Amino acid sequence: MKIKALSRSASSQQAPGSTVSQQPRNLNPALHTFERAREYTRALNATKLERMFAAPFIAQLGNGHVDGVYTMAKDPLSLERFASGSGDGVVKVWDLASRSQTWTAQAHEGIVKGMCWTKDQKLLSCASDRTIKLFDPYNTPSGTAPMATYLGQTAFTGLSHHRVLPSFAASSSVISIYDLSRPSSTATQTLSWPTSTDTITTLSFNQTETSILASAATDRSIVLYDLRTSSPLTKVILRLASNAISWNPMEAFNFAAASEDHNIYIFDMRKLDRALNVLRDHVAAVMDVEFSPTGEELVSASYDRTVRLWKRAEGHSRDIYHTKRMQRVFSSKFTPDATYLLTGSDDGNIRLWRAHASSRDGGIKSARQRQHLEYDAALKERYKHMPEIRRIRRHRHLPKTVKKAAEIKTEEIKAIRRREENERKHSKKGLVKRRSEREKMILATEK
Amino acid sequence: MASVGVDTPASKVRTAEAQRIYGRGRKIPIGSIKDKKLRGNLKSLEKKYKDAALKARDAEILLENESGCLEPETELEKTYKVRQDDIKDDVVIESAKKRFELKLEGLGPYTADYTRNGRGLLLAGRKGHIATMDWRDGKLYSELQLRETARCAKWLHNDQFFAVAQKKHVYIYDRAGVELHCLQKHIEVTHMEFLPYHFLLCTIGNAGYLKYTDTSTGQTVIEMPTKLGSPTSLAQNPFNAILHVGHQNGTVTLWSPNSTTPLVKTLAHHGPVRSIAVDREGRYMVSAGQDLRMAVWDIRMFKEVNNYFLRQPGSSVAISDRNLTAASWGTQVSVWKGLFDKSRTDQEKIQSPYMAWGGEGKRIEHVRWCPFEDILGISHDKGFSSIIIPGAGEPNFDALEVNPYENTKQRQEAEVKSLLNKLQPEMISLDPDFIGKLDRTSAAKRAIEADLDKKPEDPVLALKNKGRGKNSSLRKYLRKKGSKNIIDERRLKIEALRKEQTKVREKLKEKERDLGPALARFARRGG
Repeated sequence: MKIKALSRSASSQQAPGSTVSQQPRNLNPALHTFERAREYTRALNATKLERMFAAPFIAQLGNGHVDGVYTMAKDPLSLERFASGSGDGVVKVWDLASRSQTWTAQAHEGIVKGMCWTKDQKLLSCASDRTIKLFDPYNTPSGTAPMATYLGQTAFTGLSHHRVLPSFAASSSVISIYDLSRPSSTATQTLSWPTSTDTITTLSFNQTETSILASAATDRSIVLYDLRTSSPLTKVILRLASNAISWNPMEAFNFAAASEDHNIYIFDMRKLDRALNVLRDHVAAVMDVEFSPTGEELVSASYDRTVRLWKRAEGHSRDIYHTKRMQRVFSSKFTPDATYLLTGSDDGNIRLWRAHASSRDGGIKSARQRQHLEYDAALKERYKHMPEIRRIRRHRHLPKTVKKAAEIKTEEIKAIRRREENERKHSKKGLVKRRSEREKMILATEK
Repeated sequence: MASVGVDTPASKVRTAEAQRIYGRGRKIPIGSIKDKKLRGNLKSLEKKYKDAALKARDAEILLENESGCLEPETELEKTYKVRQDDIKDDVVIESAKKRFELKLEGLGPYTADYTRNGRGLLLAGRKGHIATMDWRDGKLYSELQLRETARCAKWLHNDQFFAVAQKKHVYIYDRAGVELHCLQKHIEVTHMEFLPYHFLLCTIGNAGYLKYTDTSTGQTVIEMPTKLGSPTSLAQNPFNAILHVGHQNGTVTLWSPNSTTPLVKTLAHHGPVRSIAVDREGRYMVSAGQDLRMAVWDIRMFKEVNNYFLRQPGSSVAISDRNLTAASWGTQVSVWKGLFDKSRTDQEKIQSPYMAWGGEGKRIEHVRWCPFEDILGISHDKGFSSIIIPGAGEPNFDALEVNPYENTKQRQEAEVKSLLNKLQPEMISLDPDFIGKLDRTSAAKRAIEADLDKKPEDPVLALKNKGRGKNSSLRKYLRKKGSKNIIDERRLKIEALRKEQTKVREKLKEKERDLGPALARFARRGG
């Protein structure tokens, strides 16, 4: 008779005197009962914890500005420096690591409308006082006179620097391209759509396809220009004007436009008769939008006193940030490492937020901790459709005004839709066509 | 290693085999899905599942231990003739040490219970002698003389706590034998089960009331009458936490805390059902009855698979990790192998048992398999015997699930984790994987069902603070037939409210009495 009985020695599991014990695994499903139910419970707990730890606001920078913060610019060559411009013409430069102000100057007389950093880390700012000024915040003390001043015919509204060349574009009634390497302070090139007369409010260089420039004007149009031919490419007229344009850093041909009609539209520059995506949740005009450095997310600032975070491919925001004291938000930026947000608002404060409300990025995480976070993230993703988890995940406290406005807005939209349907019902078949939500806001495209 | 995705016959076989052991159900047919995005997502998901199954299959190479075996080398040798002394001589010393006898005469008959990791052993003599020990190390944790009847004893989630069903109430003790709780709601309990993932202690006593208590919070979840008299046996299905109760009239009923009526009722025996056991994958049930029969049931179909004759009524049955079935009858224990096989449709009738033990005049009360060991614990009227049955235990444990060699730190961590992942009683259902599955019944049908068993509006809210006479609606509700014996949270609330109302009324009466007949009408409630 062949006889063998199971024998494991306790010392093979943990050697005597040692603190390290062996942890063998057996993946046989019979040993893992209630697998689904336990996973669900874990997912529920992880979702609850995520909401418990959600604390998006970190701090405000220094003492902020005296007037509202209407524009901000990140230094593309630094992780911690960025500049902000206020309504009283003051420009300040901040250090993110210490959250303190490093440089300041009374740059202009009117509202600072646009700012950008040059390749050699100088700061350009423009304002409604018809000047563009060049400062050197890294090497000069606060309050130093500008290194150069460019004078224009009309008030300037926006600035954008070329990715590689030492030249920048400034918008007023036309777009003027200035060359920094030249001593002359006149524009080397001017661009405009032949028939347009209205003020251009914002402009943005494409940082990947470097000679493409997009601008938005008060005549509700978005115009694309090509510097190589020094001529405009296409023009698209939307239902309402756009306040900001941001290019996707990963997909060079896509850009997002923040519109006055509360929505953000993502366009493919090659096919402007239809938006790629419409992001709708805001209940007032969107004042600023920016793609994250990864190109996967967007941040938007709105006149409804909230900041919203979006996923590129989803139609509704993934998170909403607000505080009691934050007024109309005019500018929002991702930090270059995509983990924090900066917002400038009418109350003169610059606020620093976490890009993921419940993440804690301070310190180094152990492999075990990271693995746990990844596991939790996967679980949350897997069970996100379960009613309980969905409810907890989506629940946000909204300011009363925003909630009320959203309710009113949905009522209004419903009414409009109902009216359209009635019209359709009582007119000849095919006369009143349905238009897709992604095309509705486009009034015309011109080439 | 064969590359994934290439459809050679060998890889197909390998995939099918991996799918059979480690697969999580049938594939989703994606051919008919029109939505491109959804099809893509499901395709990648299926690929992940397939990959996971194959990888799990490959990881089998890392399993350290092999199961024990008892194999005849010639035709003439029979495994059931092998005696414990022969085994003891043949196996390694480490294993041979696990064979022992505890002579505890005069306080028995004994019942025994192993912890989930097979390390702790709990012995309870009918006359109130309780002992807990680490049986592998031979270390006694505690020994108690209760001086009253102990009918049943169970370990809770680990070897730190255990519950004992005593003469009147159920008590919870810690490992050292300190009484922690007295569960006064559980009266004259005869059988107990503990559901480790839900932290539910389930008891049933002579009155036939099945009671669920959450041991982590102390809350009573539900108590309900079985309406079939005093039960004769109780077992849990470890796969879905459903309780199987055996009754005097030969029926076995299946219970979950979510339904006040049994989920299933089957006639298993002609006569009282003496003992029930369910295999760890929840597919088969073995029951022993007073009718000298041991029946094997397929729980998936509720069909009897086979039926065996025992010479005396079986007193206890138990199924091991590797599906060996031990049945005790009179003074004998017989162990059967291959009574059921999940992958076979036609189960052959086994002609002879795998092993046998007993016949030495010890009337056997209980048999229990030790998890993760080749050990069968037999408790009888003369004490306790631990015998070696090669091939019974699961050789490879999963340390992150239940660890027989855990140290204190690991035990503490596992306890915290299991409390965090505690499953809600509402999750108990015949199909434990129903969570996250799509409910395929149509919305219309669901609406009809929802209407049918729509609960009446909460009477507590409706009747609050309303002064009523003797025939108040609260009383009416309490008196109402049908829900009379079901004690759940709502009923407790109503009872408390009712008590409160009576108290107020009595106070008022007292005030009236004090004021006298003329002034009585000025008495106010409250104040």
